[in-house]
Formats: sequence, C-alpha cells, structure tokens
Amino acid sequence: MERSLFGFIIRYSKRDQWLIVPFVVASMLFYYLSLDLPKMIINQAIQGKSFPDPGSTAPFLKVHIALPAFLGGDVLRLFDGIELERLPYLFVLTIVLLGLIVLTGILKFQINTMKGWMGERMLRRLRFVLFDHILRFPLARFRRIKAAEMATMIKDEVEPLGGFIGEAFIQPLYQSGLALTALFFILYQHFALGMVALVVVVVQAVIIPVMRRRLLLLARERQIGARLLAGRIAECVDGIVEIHANDTSNYERAELSSRLGKLFRIRFEFYQRKFMIKFWNNFLSQVTPFLFYSIGGYLVIVGKLDIGALVAVIAAYKDLPGPVKELIDWDQQRMDVQIKYNQVVEQFTVDDLVPAEMQALIEAPEMPTGGSLRASNLSLADDSGTKSVDGVSFETDLSRHVAIIGAQGCGGSDLAQLLARLVRPAGGTIEMGGVDLTRAPEAVTGRAIAYVGSPSYMFPVSVRDNLLYGLKHRPGKPRDYDGEALREREFHVREAGRTGTPESDINADWIDYQAAGVSGAGELEARIVEVLQIVDLQETIFELGLRSAASSARSGELGENVLRIRRALHEELVSLGIGEWVERFDPARYNRNATLAENLLFGTPVGKKFEIDNLAKNEYVRRVLAETGLMEDMLKTGHKLAQTMVELFSGLPPGHEFFERYSFVRQEDLPQVEEILGRVLESGLTGIAEDDRNSLLVLPFKLIQARHRLGLIDEAFELRIVEARRYFSANLPGDLRESIEFFDPDRYNRAASLQDNMLFGRIVAGQAEAVPRIGGLLRKVLDELGLRPQVVKIGLDYQVGVGGALLAVADRQKIALARALVRRPAMLILDQAVAVLDSASQLRVTAGILEYRKGRGVVWFLNRNDLAERFDQVIVLERGKLVESGSFAELKSAGGALRKLLSAD
Amino acid sequence: MSLEEEVELIRRFPIFSKIQPAMQKLLCFGSERMTYEPRQVLFRAGDAADAAYIVIDGTAEISIPTPTGPYVINTLGRNEIVGEIAIFGDVPRTATVTAVTRLETMRISKDLFYNVIRESPDAALELIRILAGRLANTTAQVSRTISGTR
Repeated sequence: MERSLFGFIIRYSKRDQWLIVPFVVASMLFYYLSLDLPKMIINQAIQGKSFPDPGSTAPFLKVHIALPAFLGGDVLRLFDGIELERLPYLFVLTIVLLGLIVLTGILKFQINTMKGWMGERMLRRLRFVLFDHILRFPLARFRRIKAAEMATMIKDEVEPLGGFIGEAFIQPLYQSGLALTALFFILYQHFALGMVALVVVVVQAVIIPVMRRRLLLLARERQIGARLLAGRIAECVDGIVEIHANDTSNYERAELSSRLGKLFRIRFEFYQRKFMIKFWNNFLSQVTPFLFYSIGGYLVIVGKLDIGALVAVIAAYKDLPGPVKELIDWDQQRMDVQIKYNQVVEQFTVDDLVPAEMQALIEAPEMPTGGSLRASNLSLADDSGTKSVDGVSFETDLSRHVAIIGAQGCGGSDLAQLLARLVRPAGGTIEMGGVDLTRAPEAVTGRAIAYVGSPSYMFPVSVRDNLLYGLKHRPGKPRDYDGEALREREFHVREAGRTGTPESDINADWIDYQAAGVSGAGELEARIVEVLQIVDLQETIFELGLRSAASSARSGELGENVLRIRRALHEELVSLGIGEWVERFDPARYNRNATLAENLLFGTPVGKKFEIDNLAKNEYVRRVLAETGLMEDMLKTGHKLAQTMVELFSGLPPGHEFFERYSFVRQEDLPQVEEILGRVLESGLTGIAEDDRNSLLVLPFKLIQARHRLGLIDEAFELRIVEARRYFSANLPGDLRESIEFFDPDRYNRAASLQDNMLFGRIVAGQAEAVPRIGGLLRKVLDELGLRPQVVKIGLDYQVGVGGALLAVADRQKIALARALVRRPAMLILDQAVAVLDSASQLRVTAGILEYRKGRGVVWFLNRNDLAERFDQVIVLERGKLVESGSFAELKSAGGALRKLLSAD
Repeated sequence: MSLEEEVELIRRFPIFSKIQPAMQKLLCFGSERMTYEPRQVLFRAGDAADAAYIVIDGTAEISIPTPTGPYVINTLGRNEIVGEIAIFGDVPRTATVTAVTRLETMRISKDLFYNVIRESPDAALELIRILAGRLANTTAQVSRTISGTR
C-alpha cells in the first residue's frame, strides 16, 4: 500500500484526473468571457459608445485579429460581424451572457460529476484493498486487533478520503484557475486596481492559513482530550467498586473536573481564534471594494478608466475571495485527510502479510492424492521467541488416523494449526502426498485439508449454506443474465475492473461439486444428510424443519403431502382413542386451545397487519367487531381481564418473574392499567377515551380459554366469535387478502409451521404426555410416508442467526464438523473439536467421525486422552516437543509419557 | 372450575392456608391443570421432585417399587394432595403415583410455589410449623418402633 495519500491518488487516478483538466480549462475560458461581457454591455450598449447616432449600428461578433509586427502587423479579418442596432445589440449581448452562465454551469456540473465518480471509485478501491489486507493478515495478528476498530476504519474513517480524492488535484486547479482568471482580468482592466486586489488576496492567502494552523492543533488536542475523557469515564465505571470502597469519589471528581477544565480552555481559545479569523477574513474582503470605489471612482472621474471596466472589476473582485477561501479550506482538508490516511495505513501495514499469490483464485490446483503426511522439524515461535512447537517430525500414511495428546500447554493446538497451514511455521516443512504444503497456495491447502477448531464460527445464513461454505472456492457455473440484469452485470464488471476489485460474480454457483466428488446438487444434498447422521444432528435439523414455515419454493412439493399427513395423523389419533388430544380447527366451532385472536381470524397472519399485538388497532378488525356487535363484549372482557391482572399482580415486587410468565400486562404498564380502571369506574366503559378503550381491547385477544381458565368466555360469547369469524372472511377487503392465510382443512397453510400444518389444530392444554406422544406419532406417520427427508430439507433452510446464535453451542460445533466432512478432504485436522459437546455426545460423535473417515486421514488433537485408544497412531507432546509416537497399545505398555497422561486423568 | 373455586380448594390444605388471599389466587392462576388417562403415571419413585398435585377429580394410587413389583400403599381421591413434601427440598420422589381412573389434577410447580412462599412470611412460618409437627410425629413413631422391638 502507498505510504502517502498523494502517492495512492496519483498511482490509481492519474488518467481520471487528466480527463477532467480540459473541462476545467474550458470553464476558465467561459468564465473570463462572462467577466468581460458586462463591460461591453455597459460601455457599448447601455452607455452607447458604439452608437453615436440613433439609428446607427454596430457589428456583432466581429472577429478581427491583430497580427504581431513580425507577421506583418496586419489585421486578420476573419468575420466582419452582423450589424445590429442599439436595443437588439443590448439584448443579444445579454442573451450571450446568459448562454455563458448556462455553459459555465454545465461545465461545473460535468466536473463535479466526474470528480464524484473518481472519488467513489478510489474509495471503493481503498476499502477493498484494506479488506483484502485483513484477509491476508497472519492469524497471530488477530489477537491484537479489535474487529470493531477494523470495521470503523474501513467504513467511517476512510469515507472522507473518497470526497477528498475527487478534489485532490481538481479543486486547487479549478479554484486557483478562477482566482487567477479574475485577477488577470482585473489587472488587464487597470494595473493599479489589480495590484490592490493582488495584495489583499496574498495577505488573505498567507495570514489566514497561519492563523488557522493553531486552530488545527487545537482541534487535534481537543479530539485527543475528548477521547481520553471517554476513556476516563469508562475507567471510573469499571472501577466503581474501588472508588466506593476507598472513598476516592472526590478525587475522581477533581480529576474529571480538571479534564473538563482543559477541554474548556481548548474550546475557549478555539472559539476566540475562529471568530478572530472570521473577522479578518470578512474585513479583508470588504475593505477592497472600499478601495475600488474610492480609487476606481477617482479614476473614472478623471477619465482614466471607463465605468464599464470599473463595474466589471468590482464584479470580478466579488468572485475572488470565494476561490481563495476554497483553496485555504482545501489545504486544511489535505492536512487532515493525510493524517487520517497515514493512521489507517499504519494499522493495516503488517510485515508478514500473506502474499496475494497464496490466495489466488486457481481453477484446478494440483492436489495431493494418496501417499503420506510428513512433518519435518516443524517449529512455531510466538512474539517473545518461545517455541510452542519445537522441532516436531513425524510421518503417517494419508489413510491413517493420528491422535495428538498432551498435558496443558503441550502445543497440540499450535501443531494442529501448523498442519492445517493456518499459521506459517518458523521452521521445518510439511509435505502431503509429495506436495510441499509449506508454501502451497490456499487453493491447495484449503481443499486438501479441512480444519475444525473449537469453538467454530457460523455465518449468519441458513444451515445448508453453512454446511456448503467449505466448497465455495471459486465461481463455477455462471449465472445467465439478460435485459436489465445483464446491463447491470456489465456495469458491475466494468467498474470492478476500473477499481481493481474482483469481477467474480457473487450470484454464480460457487459450490465446487467436483471438489466434493459429487456430480451435482442432488448428490450433495444426499451427502449432507449422510453427514448430519454422523455428527448426531439429524434429529435437531428435523425438529427445526418441523418448527419452520417452509419457503414458498419448497412448500410446492410439500403441500399435497402435508395434507396426506394431516389426514393420516388424525386417523391415527382417533384410532388410538386420543383424537381429542388435538383440538382441530373447525370452521364452525370455537377452539378453546387457541387464542381468541386465532379464533376470530381463523388463520395465520402474514406480515405485521394481523399480528396479535396490532389487532386492536387494526381498522378492519375494529370494523368486524363493531358490525357483529362484539365490540362491547370484547371491551367488557378486556376490562375484567385488566381487573384480574391488577388484582393478581399488583402485590408483586418489581421485576418478579411471574410477570413475564403469566401476566397479560407488562409490569411497567400495570400502573397505567390501574389508572384506566379508575377512569372506567368514573365514567363507565363507554365514557372513556379512545386510547383507554384500545388499551383494554388489546388484552382479550391473547386469551386461551383452556389454559387461562379465567371463565371470561362463555359459550354464547364463543358462538358470536365464530359468527364474527365468518363475517371477517366474507368481507375481507382485497388489499388485505395477502395478509392472512386462513385455516382450511383441505389446504396447505404457507404461513404456519410444518408441524402446525400437520396437526391442523392445537394440542390440548394439560393433557399429560400429550406433547411427546403426539410428537412421536407425527414422526411415525412421516416415516411411513417417507417424508422425513423433505422435513430435513426445510430444516436445512433454517437461518442460524448472527454467529449461529439461534442454535445451541453444541449444535453449532456439530455443524462445523459436518461442514468439514461434507468436503471429504484428503486430510481432516481437528483441534479439540468436540470439547464443547457433553461427554456422551463426544464419544458418539468421535466414533462416528472416525468410522466415516475410515481409510482417509485424520489428525486430531484430543481434549480427552482416553479417546486416543481409537486411533491408529498416537503422538504425545510435551511443551511443544514430540516425546512419543506409536500405537496406543505399544505406548501404554512401554510405560512412558502416555501412561503418565492416562494415569493423571 | 373457575379461579375462585380453585382458590377455595387450595385453601383447605394447611400448607396453602396461611398464604395471603391475593397470592393464593396467583398460585392458582399460575398452576397447570393436568389430565391423566387411566394407567398414566404422574411421577415415579426416584424422579426429581418438581411439583405437587391436587386431585380435582378421579382416583390415583400410590405405590412403592419392590423387587416383586409395585406395592400399593395408598389411594388418592378427590381434593387430596400428593407430592407436596418433596417440593420443599431437593429430595427425590419416594413413591410412584399412577392414575386409576381418568384423573384431573392441579399441578403446582416447585418454582411457582417457592415464588409465592417467598412473598408470604406467614405462610413460610406455617410451613415450618407443619413440618415440625410431622417431624415430631415421625420421631415418636420411630421411638415407638424402637421400644417395640426391644
């Protein structure tokens, strides 16, 4: 990366910068003309110099060039002009002036647009380069950097650079061009007046930056002071216990007060100087007209200057301070941005950056096949020079399973990372199947080796995409584009090329089927299912599938089957005599195990409109309640419910967990509800304000008759809700039809989860064993119909959340293991990869993986020594040195290091 | 059965009787109504104790496992409570309870009970009194048994 900002700008935007120059030059030309024209208008047309008599004409657009003496001193008559009378002459001139103004504007627009593009392109390049550096940092570097800092640097700190880069050369060129043109014009009109203007400008250009220099310093001091202040406050918060325990609060107060005092002083000086500069700036620019009027006026009176020239000079001068100020600002911005650039570059400059060739996109690298894994004299040293891996040499066949074990600090993790080539060895080599891996590109190591550490990271995409992440080495089958999309894609490729960012299409099929050894997506899906079984995840994914609503693409193939299951399950339940354990949705009956909202809507909300919390405010729902005469009853029910809640919960201390578990009202809202009840007491249910009515109306929608047992809904009320349900669906306006999926015994409900679709009802509350038993039956029916894989497919679509947060820790780790297994790498390297699982799962998953990898290489740094027995070869490490290597039985009977480790367990 | 009736029901049991009325109501509101089919098991000897059950309707039998099979030591009927001692401490269930007929119960979980007791010092005192009474009872029984065997 270029050390200096201007180096970076010149290197990557020289061409673009030059392209703008002609526009700048042209706009100077027009600018000069627009300064000159008013003089002509005043002198020739208004004052009538060219029109001595009424009726006389003057040539317009006369182009006569006086040739210099050495060419003969003749006048070259290119165009004699059009003869015009005085008034038309005036109008033509003013129209030309207007034209010039428009042209200048258009040029300015063009220059600004080009500057903007250039700045954005450079910003894009810079951001990409920085990100590329992150990808190429050696792993050890990440112990010392904060992710948030990196992100803010790339996102925020670099942002002003883009704006500046656009202006880096063009701004000084353009503004100084303007200033010089104006100055030249004034000088040309009258030398003395020009000198006055020049002196004032020079004073402005010299004094103001000098005065500003102190301002810059102050601003920087202030920034540092503020940053320290923030740090100090955080320290006090962290150390609050010490402050109380040692009675040092007044010391801290004094400390902070002195900091605030310093900040105040800086600010104080800052403002004083800032306004002083403003004063001088204004004074200098306004004192010049005074000189112009006095001196220029005198010159006009004594006849040494014509009035048109004076007006033009004053007009030109008015344009002069602007560019000068812009230039001064530019200079200040330059210093500011240069510092920012240097700071960022410093953060991203690493001596041992991985060379770009190591990560080059290689279509089909030469891969090791068969043979052996050989480590010779491998060493790894940390920053202080301590060797965490020290001269380790061993050789093993790529078909064998090797366990690495050792006590705390044995360096097993480091060795595993070395073998996976995640860190570069300080010394020694790794060879695999005859290929030297020590210097092989990541295209080789990342395909031949799979590594799973602990804990592993999940990307916030679906389970499936996480499992296939290990196969996304390069874009495979390109996406076909046409029409608008094609143009968009071409634009992207063009711009990517111009900014040195990759043109690879993110929308292509990145999955490397060949590397996984499968022919296509179908086979890969089968592989995934197979691997899920190995890592003990199948049931989890299946459950996720049951709980998810299938995406529309999948529901198509499932819809019909779900209806079959719905019927089969119902028949099964009835035949077992437990038919009433699921209260089915019956269009003609109130479902006591569902909420009142579900009973009224008789469907699943799609989107937010009919969500349970929004129902009371929903206009259509209110209309339905009003038209069916339910409104008053709902209000009464809400009122009773509010009374009950207040009665039950108002005695509880704040923060009691019962609120969360049982209450219909949030604790912080309870006093408000009490107030509403008070108002109802005063003016009755009909007399209270609309807002209060809404607050009461919200409550009953969540009532589940069978669960809450408050006796608030009697049979008559139930019947009326069923009636309202009919009214609701019959009169639903067209634009709301997409906001709800009705319960229909003969239709698949796209908005509901798979399980809800299959049950088509609610499991009754309080029936012992109902949930597990019905769950079991559901599985049985699914298996009988052979539909389990479909459910697993839907489960694989489940979005895992940020860092996999929506999954249990153990499940995340299992997915990471599955991700490594799906690829079928030549060598699988595991670094305490099952440590987060519970003891029983550790055994199960370890056995499963070793069985699955039979005949293919595994190197596993174990978190449990007793598991080593299952491996072909055991390597024992002690403080980074290999102390023993051989079969488990041999080493155990030899009574060396392994024996010691086992007996220490 | 409405909330009011449930409150009436639990008030009959000494361990709940001293809880303030508002809390009694909350206890009922927070409890679950569980229905068991004949032969379904409420809990087994050795299970961790997580709830007490009040029988609302139906009958159940209490048995202890023996090498020769379960030995029925008692039957439960309407308005009787079972499993309440186990939820005071972390002791496992000492007996198995099985529904004989269709059984309707009110299930009061340990969490719920603890949370309610925590808010009622009187109820806690009453509990201590009951437990002390039972302890004295048991001690008397044991000493009678010992003197009987002598």
